[in-house]
Amino acid sequence: MQGPKYLFKNEDHWVTNMGAWFPGERVVFRGKDLFQELKDLPWMGLLLYGITGRIPNGKQIRLFEGIWTLCSSYPDPRLWNNRVAALAGTTRSTAALALSAGNAVSEASIYGRRPDIRAIDFLFRIKGQLEAGAEIEELVRKELKKYKIIPGYGRPITRKDERIEPLLSLAEELNFSHGPYVKLTFTIEEILLQGRWRLYMNIAALAAALAADQGLSPHEYYHYLVLCFSGGILPCYLDAVRKPEGTFFPLSCDRIQYEGERRRVW
Amino acid sequence: MSEGREVIHSRIWEEVAAPDNPFVAAACYCSGYDVYGDLLGKASWIEYLYLLLKQERPSPKEARLLEGLAVAIANPGPRDHSIRAAMCAGVGGSTSASSLMAALAVGAGQLNGAHEVASAMASWQECGRNLMAWQERLQHPPQEERADVWLPLEHPPGFDPHGASCAMPVQQTLAFLAKNSPGEALSWLQTHRPELETAANCPLAMTGVAAAAMSDLDFNIQQGEMLYLLLRLPGAAAHALEQQVYGWRRYPFFRNGLELSDEPQG
Repeated sequence: MQGPKYLFKNEDHWVTNMGAWFPGERVVFRGKDLFQELKDLPWMGLLLYGITGRIPNGKQIRLFEGIWTLCSSYPDPRLWNNRVAALAGTTRSTAALALSAGNAVSEASIYGRRPDIRAIDFLFRIKGQLEAGAEIEELVRKELKKYKIIPGYGRPITRKDERIEPLLSLAEELNFSHGPYVKLTFTIEEILLQGRWRLYMNIAALAAALAADQGLSPHEYYHYLVLCFSGGILPCYLDAVRKPEGTFFPLSCDRIQYEGERRRVW
Repeated sequence: MSEGREVIHSRIWEEVAAPDNPFVAAACYCSGYDVYGDLLGKASWIEYLYLLLKQERPSPKEARLLEGLAVAIANPGPRDHSIRAAMCAGVGGSTSASSLMAALAVGAGQLNGAHEVASAMASWQECGRNLMAWQERLQHPPQEERADVWLPLEHPPGFDPHGASCAMPVQQTLAFLAKNSPGEALSWLQTHRPELETAANCPLAMTGVAAAAMSDLDFNIQQGEMLYLLLRLPGAAAHALEQQVYGWRRYPFFRNGLELSDEPQG
């Protein structure tokens, strides 16, 4: 048993290379002086630097900001995470609580952060196995057999993902559309369109591939995306706040369809 | 999507609308029991909690076990990470909801948190009361090949990686709950604690006791995770309110605790 040795070592002692605030004086942000060396960096650049420790170039900042703009912020309060914010608005809760809860909910299994990290992770795993000599069709078949889905392919409600075309044209404009991971996602789509699968690529695969081509690891990519739905969450809160309280999709009693035990006495 | 009015399906809750307003309930039934006309005043809070999750009344022994667990974990004390999160909100004058959200976020994790309880419950499902299966799992934990929003486990779930020996409150809780359990997991855990701690190379933690109690109550993993989050909130609330009164000047800032290892070069 190691016992509490790491606790003794760290009591009132935290060694960090992430940064520190020197009150009234300066701020160090991952080894750089915030006010001197990072003052011209756009917020997306600072966010990525904070996550990766690498300062992105202008084209990368445009790409990563473009992914957020084009693919992540739909101010539609029917979507589960946005609906949380609208509910917070209609009950007159605060904007920060609405956004925090909306972002927390965005860490979902059927959309959002979980498919995102799984999509980029799949690309890395498949690329590693391809480089070790495996055969791509076999890898795709094995993944589908084992996990039933491939994140980034197939989409409920509609087959076509309306975000692919605009993101691809941004990537082309930035000359990022021919990277090895982007190519790989299209090859996988070709395979998945054959046979009985008929699975089209969705935006999770393309965005993950673009990030992978820029050298983000699966967890760096997930961290970059944590706040990305915020742009659509906040308008849903505001919309509900501006309308009479309690009026966001109210439910009358008979909208609960009861399917449980019969009436009984305690 | 089907045409017509969409409904909420529920096996838990049924409402009868007030004659003058369909958006107001005249009667509410929980799993068939008239909540305000019959159950109120008869059912204890713990019995009602059990009913909500299981749609059945607990036996007196089940209610006593859940009650014991609820008291044992209601307040892990101000050194616990989740409580400290709540106090950080309280001491800074943040909203009450943010105190509890902070406690939930921190107390959700895999060190002494709800996801650890969920993982430990998975061990119970996998190993039951088979000592060899437990020893094998503790020494060779299963590895997930895909990346996830949850990081890989860093210690055997249900055990304290920084513990020198099993803490007295954990032993006392285990002894009390084992004596009052309708199931077998808690008493088996009490009997085999030494062998399990040797296999885990660290002492049993409260999360491990909670997981065994949830198993004896026949809660599934998701129910156990939810309950662990929920039942620890009273302590978070109390300590957040207390620190709000003391104020930030009397709350540790770790003034000399930070050691910056990467100073700007420019």
